[in-house]
Amino acid sequence: MLTTRVIPTDGQAFIAGIDVVRDPARAKRYIGVVPQTNTLDRSLTVLENLEFHGRYFGMRKVEAAARAADLLAQFRLSDRAAAMPSELSGGMAQRLMIARALVHRPEIIFLDEPTSGIDPQTRLALWEILRDLHAAGQTILLTTHYMEEADALCERIAIIDNGAVLAEGTPAELKTRLGAATVVSITFAEDPAQLLDHVGALESVARVEQKDRTIRIHANSVDGQLAEVIALAARHDLHVTDASSQPPTLEAVFLSLTGRDLRE
Amino acid sequence: MTQTAATAIRTPTSRPGGLLQPILALLLRDVRVLRRGFRQFVVRTIMQPLLFCFVFAYVFPKIGQDVGGGRGGPNFATVLVPGLIAVAIIFQGIQSVAIPLTAEFGYTKEIEDRVLAPLPIWAVGLGKIIAGALQAVVAAAVVFPIVLLVHAKGQAPDVSIGNVPLFVVVLLLASVMSASLGLLIGTSFKPQQVPLVFSILVLPMTLLGCIYYPWAFLTPIPWLKYAVLINPLVYMSEGMRASMTPDVGHMSTAMVLLAMVGISIGMALLALRKFRERVVS
Repeated sequence: MLTTRVIPTDGQAFIAGIDVVRDPARAKRYIGVVPQTNTLDRSLTVLENLEFHGRYFGMRKVEAAARAADLLAQFRLSDRAAAMPSELSGGMAQRLMIARALVHRPEIIFLDEPTSGIDPQTRLALWEILRDLHAAGQTILLTTHYMEEADALCERIAIIDNGAVLAEGTPAELKTRLGAATVVSITFAEDPAQLLDHVGALESVARVEQKDRTIRIHANSVDGQLAEVIALAARHDLHVTDASSQPPTLEAVFLSLTGRDLRE
Repeated sequence: MTQTAATAIRTPTSRPGGLLQPILALLLRDVRVLRRGFRQFVVRTIMQPLLFCFVFAYVFPKIGQDVGGGRGGPNFATVLVPGLIAVAIIFQGIQSVAIPLTAEFGYTKEIEDRVLAPLPIWAVGLGKIIAGALQAVVAAAVVFPIVLLVHAKGQAPDVSIGNVPLFVVVLLLASVMSASLGLLIGTSFKPQQVPLVFSILVLPMTLLGCIYYPWAFLTPIPWLKYAVLINPLVYMSEGMRASMTPDVGHMSTAMVLLAMVGISIGMALLALRKFRERVVS
């Protein structure tokens, strides 16, 4: 919708103050789009792909050529300037599409699942590119199914399910929304029910729950947590058989918000 | 990764401008692609008219087969010249607009590249019609000397463009019409259906498009004479005939022009609407 290609059933959206539904042609001047699949112009060379995009956006010939050359250098594609897009590897084609999205210096660029189905090296290289762009002041909106990617790259995250925004905030905000920073799980040889109130009273514990012989402690900090609980357990003659602690992941946040049902 | 929504508007590099500049840039892109593949363009454009002229205006007269003349009418070369130019134009509309477009919508998704241009969708479609029409004019220019020069001795076509403005108008209308038809076909069929388009659309259109016979010659078959009027190619051939070989019987010029203007506008509007439907969901 924000890239002007889907007409919303309801509501409004603005980019740089422009209503994307009422004035899509003008809105397109302020956005850059990197689609999920390779949509490069197969009939033009790598360099021409960028040059002509500059010209679509009103640059003069010389200006567009200079901008194209700069971007090719920035994205390490200069030596492929004369190649056709069909001769590029997947990673190169994607870099060229990002360069294409940047030709007219847009306010914001959109990336649609940029790392789905690509190898780990290419993904890391792409992350670097996006971090550099972001550091240089470029606003980026990316969609992804990989929670660790959102966590690693994004300042603000919106979790969307079935067309509705379920939660929005910084990665840290979303994680604390789970109620705690860390989840400590301890399994006992005996029923630990008697321990719950004592553990719940500990200063750093936000919430504690029991399932069979395991208690799950949602704690605000991990420091000394485990030791304290184990000492408590010893005083109540309970024997620990297993203990683990894990920081909450965005994945956990996502699943707790959207449920575990398969999305068809 | 986002800044607040209220960020001050940075002026993008693109100048705020009308539609003209981006459309022009899209045309320049098509010209670049045409120039790169010009040899192929020439070969695919001239083969059919070249072979037709060779067989019907050279071989047949030489071996004593008489086609098209026979009743004291024009020789076959004279009948063929306007018809073959018309068919070259309609082929170009299909080959330069429809076939690439089915691929762009189909497996390459390249259409996404073009519609990023800061234009309303209809303007991107209009750019395709203009580019296709330009290529059709070039195709007509490439074919013209061939249909004029390839013939047996004494079988030269009797061509005289007495009314140049009429010729130019017919040429431009025919080109716009064929490019619009190309856009309509390109937005209506999948790449796998292109062979089907040729057998159910292109073949009947050309064989029943008054290319190899003037419309007036169909009088002995009244039902066919009126049935072919739904074929846009008929008006293109007859328009060419009216402007190039006025001595051969042809449909009234007013009717030809009226039909061509009507069909061009109707087809262009329909094609642009379909184009938009395919791009925006």
